[in-house]
Amino acid sequence: MDTLLNNLDVFVDGFTLTLQLFLWAALFALILGTIVGAMRVSPIAPMRWVGTGYVNLVRNTPLTLLMFFFAFGYPKLDLPSVGYTQLAIMALSLYTATYVAETLRAGINTVPVGQAEASRAIGLTFGQSMSFVLLPQAFRAVIPPMMSVFIALLKNTTVAAGFSVAEAGYIRANLSERGEPAIVVLLWVAFFFVLLVGVLSYVQRILENRLKVAR
Amino acid sequence: MSNVLFDAPGPRALLRHKYIGVLTLLVVAGLLGFIIFRFIETDQFTAAKWELFTFPLVHVAIFKALLATLQAFGVAAVLSLALGLLLLIGRVSQHRWISRPTYLFIELFRAIPLLILMMIMYYGLPPLGVTFVTPFVAVVTGLTLYNGSVLAEVFRAGIESLPKGQSEAAYAIGMRKTQVMRMILLPQALRAMAPVIVSQLVVVLKDTALGFIVTYQELLYLAKFYGTQSRYDSPIIPAAIIVATIYIALCLLLAGVAKIVEVRTKRGYAKNVKVQELVNETA
Repeated sequence: MDTLLNNLDVFVDGFTLTLQLFLWAALFALILGTIVGAMRVSPIAPMRWVGTGYVNLVRNTPLTLLMFFFAFGYPKLDLPSVGYTQLAIMALSLYTATYVAETLRAGINTVPVGQAEASRAIGLTFGQSMSFVLLPQAFRAVIPPMMSVFIALLKNTTVAAGFSVAEAGYIRANLSERGEPAIVVLLWVAFFFVLLVGVLSYVQRILENRLKVAR
Repeated sequence: MSNVLFDAPGPRALLRHKYIGVLTLLVVAGLLGFIIFRFIETDQFTAAKWELFTFPLVHVAIFKALLATLQAFGVAAVLSLALGLLLLIGRVSQHRWISRPTYLFIELFRAIPLLILMMIMYYGLPPLGVTFVTPFVAVVTGLTLYNGSVLAEVFRAGIESLPKGQSEAAYAIGMRKTQVMRMILLPQALRAMAPVIVSQLVVVLKDTALGFIVTYQELLYLAKFYGTQSRYDSPIIPAAIIVATIYIALCLLLAGVAKIVEVRTKRGYAKNVKVQELVNETA
């Protein structure tokens, strides 16, 4: 307990940065993932190729390697200089976007084709069948697995610790200078992650029960 | 193409699609072109930066690092599967004093970030007098605890996707609980979940790269080492490109296996939303 209380500032700073990484990466991943997901179900073949290529390539690259590219490679390219934190956000967003895209695609696919056909048959326009029949169901089916994607993102923010971003995963390195026992520090970090993940899973469960589509 | 979202396009739409398609390809080509242009501008493709990787000694080192990666992957994969089965048995037990702690164990190790788990092993334990924690042990233990917990839930989802009548019938003809599990439920659950299990193994393979942060000398560690050799013009980008190619090839290979398994076992079990959720969970 002393380890936590005496170094509260380090813990607070670390987790603040973790949450910042999480929120920014979640936002960008959601935007990029929606675009890629839309590309993957679009009727235009080249768009589907690009979407599929991106998802397959990035999903099969370790996140650590992606961060490696951004943290060590980017500064070598003579582009406008960007801080490690921003680079970590880019890597996390690019990586998570593939999972967002796949989740969206799966959600759209849960709507039976017959429903789309039926809505056209009764004379709904494309816009109407989209907004009244298809998207509401797809949206509901997508939310619980999307929360899982974000839980994974939250845990993945720790990888940035390997690349000089002082988020929660970096607290140990910071506190080892103050001579705190590593195990106690790490157990506290783990504890707070369990807490955060617990909150997200709780929200997920509530949404899941509330949004379930009866079929 | 059967798609919920779009009607079959008519002639005008087809023409429009063609234009948008070309535009897409141009935009992507532009982006890739820009990246390659930056690479060329900053001399990433000059011989000086690649010279290091032509030495036979370096090839041997890369091979050794690849072996280290595969070793961690192999050991962790086998142990995760074993732990997953063990946890599954505990999880579905009817004795609450077994199933409750197992449930907590699974939830706990799914919630702690894998890297923190590895750090606890590598930095946390040695000061307490635990001496056998090499980076390898830390990486494998972390991978096993996390993926074992995830796999236990995968197995359980597989069992729950089976019709209830199957176990009832087995009990009715006089089978005991272990027999029902071993002869009726598990074989079918493993079959139904085979694609998810293999994709989880892809996650294990990807996550071995975290070992780099706890100084396990695998591919990425080697890339950093060579990439910072100033005598050879710090070829960090060439090193990363080489290692990335190896990782992506390995993962695509495994993902290909998963695809084959999926096609072969497609019987309609593995379609429920829960499975999709588990697949996504594994990021």
